[in-house]
Amino acid sequence: MAHSFSRPRKSVVLTLLMAGLVVYSLAPLWWLLVSSTKTQEALADSFGLWPAGPFALFDNIAEVLTYQDGVFVRWFGNTVVYVVAGAGGATLLATLGGYGLAKYRFRGRSAVFATVIGAVAVPGAALAVPTFLMFSELGLTNTMWSVILPTLVSPFGLYLMWVFATEAIPTELLEAARVDGAGEWRTFFTISLRLLAPGIVTVALFAIVATWNNYFLPLIMLSDRNLFPLAIGLASWNADATGVGATPVFHLVITGSVLTILPIVAAFLLLQRYWQSGLSAGGVKG
Amino acid sequence: MVAFAFAFLAPVLYSLYLSLFRNQLMGGNQFVGLENYSAAFTDPKFWDGAGRVLLFLVVQVPIMLAVALAAALVIDSGRLFGKRFTRIALFVPYAVPGVVAVLMWGFLYGDRIGLVGWINEAAGSQLLAPFSKEWMLVAIGNIVTWEFAGYNMLILYSALRTVPGELYEAAAIDGAGQWRVIRAVKLPALRGALVIATIFSIIGSFQLFNEPNILKVLAPTLISSSYTPNMYAYNLSFLGQQVNYAATVAIIMGVLTAAIAYVVQLRGTRKDS
Repeated sequence: MAHSFSRPRKSVVLTLLMAGLVVYSLAPLWWLLVSSTKTQEALADSFGLWPAGPFALFDNIAEVLTYQDGVFVRWFGNTVVYVVAGAGGATLLATLGGYGLAKYRFRGRSAVFATVIGAVAVPGAALAVPTFLMFSELGLTNTMWSVILPTLVSPFGLYLMWVFATEAIPTELLEAARVDGAGEWRTFFTISLRLLAPGIVTVALFAIVATWNNYFLPLIMLSDRNLFPLAIGLASWNADATGVGATPVFHLVITGSVLTILPIVAAFLLLQRYWQSGLSAGGVKG
Repeated sequence: MVAFAFAFLAPVLYSLYLSLFRNQLMGGNQFVGLENYSAAFTDPKFWDGAGRVLLFLVVQVPIMLAVALAAALVIDSGRLFGKRFTRIALFVPYAVPGVVAVLMWGFLYGDRIGLVGWINEAAGSQLLAPFSKEWMLVAIGNIVTWEFAGYNMLILYSALRTVPGELYEAAAIDGAGQWRVIRAVKLPALRGALVIATIFSIIGSFQLFNEPNILKVLAPTLISSSYTPNMYAYNLSFLGQQVNYAATVAIIMGVLTAAIAYVVQLRGTRKDS
C-alpha cells in the first residue's frame, strides 16, 4: 500500500529467484509430509520427495499414538499444559508489565528499563543452567513447575508490549478516562485492552511458539519421561532409533514430527493478520 | 515487576555465587575466589567451543541476514508474482519446532533415507557429506539459516512497511531509480530493525546448543561434549557433576554475549543521533 501509486512492473527474474528460496523453505517440509505416508521399508528405498509404496499415513499415526502405551498423547497433553500455563502466564505478565511501564511514571523506571534491555540481551538459554542449579536446590526439578516458572518471564515479550503500548495508547485518552472518573482497572479493561489486542496476540503467539518448541529448558529440568513435552519426546525416540541396539522407529519420529508441527503452523496461518500488524508496530521503534 | 526482576536476577546471582566455589570430595563447597575463572581461561576445550561459535557467527549470521534482507526488499518492491504466498512460505520454517527441524535435516543429511544419499547416488560419488569433520558446521549453519532467515525477513519487511508513502513519492519526483530508492530511503529505514535482528542472531549463535546436541546422536564422533560452550556447560553440570565450573562457563559466555550485543547496538545506533 505504501507505494501503490506507481504499481511497478512484475519481474519474472525476481519471481524465479524468490521461487528458489520458497523451494528451499518448503522442500524439507514436503519431504517430511511425504515421508509420513510411507512404511518403514518404503522410507529406505524410495525417492524422498515423491510418495511411494503403500499409503501408510493412517497406520503411522495410529502407531505413533499407541507406541509405548500412548506416551505420545501424554507428551502432547504435557505440551498443552506448558503452553497454556507458561505462555499464557508470560503473555499476561508481559501485557500488564509493558502497559504499566509505558503509561505510569514511577521511581526507578529507567533502572527497570536498563534491566529489561539487559535481560533481552541475555537469553533464556544462558540462564537455563543457573536456573536448573537453583531449582534443584529448591527441590523443584523434575516437576511441571520447573518448566512453567522460567517460561513465565519473557523479557522480549515485555519489551515488545512496552513499545507497543507506548505507540498504541494515546496518553490523552487515559487522562480523559480518568477525568471522567473511570478507575484504573476499568480504564485498562475498557480502553487499553482493546487497543493492545494486536500486540497481545503477537506476544502470545511468539510465547506459544517458544514454549511449544522449547528444548533446552525441559531437557535439563525433566528426567521423568512422563513429564516430557513433545520436542523432548521426539528427540528421545530419535535417540532410541539411532543408538546402539536401536529399535528403528524412523517412521514414528517422522509422523510424530508432522503431528507436532501442524497445530503451531495452523495457529500462525490463522492469526496472520493480527501478528503481522503487531510486528510492524513493534518495528516502528525497534 | 518485582517478580520479574527476581526471576531474572536470582539465577544470575546464584550462578555468580556458585562460580566462586569448588566442590571438594571432602569438605563440601569451598570458597576458591576466581580460580574457576582462571581455569576456564586456560581451558582448551572452552576456547575450542568458543572459537567454533565465533566462526559460526562470522559466517552464518551475515549470510542469513543478507538472504533475509534481499528477500524483504524484493517482496516489498512489489515486483513479484505471488507476493503473499512467498512471504508466508519463507516464514513457515520459523514455526517449525527447532527439534523437528533438526531431526528432519538430520534425516535429509543421512545416507540411508535422506536426500543426500540420493543425490550422491545420482552423482555417482560422495558429492555431499554433511556428516564429516569439514562439513558438520556448515550443515548446522544450513539448519539455522533455514529456521531463521524467514523470521528475519519478516521483521525487516515489517519495518519497510512503516516507511511513509510520501518518501517514495518524493523520490519518484526526484527521478530516483529503484537502486537509489533502496539506498537512500529503504536501508536507512531498516537500520533499527537490522540492528535488532543482528543482535538476536549473535545471541543465537553464542547459545548454539539444540542443533549440535541433537545431531550428536547421529554423529557422535564428530560432535564432542564441548562442541559449543553451551554444550560444554550443559555436559559439565549434568554428566560431569562439575556444577561450579559449569556456572563459570555460563557466566563468561553471558558476559561475552552481552558485551558484543552492546557494541553492535552502539555502532548501529550511533549514526542516528
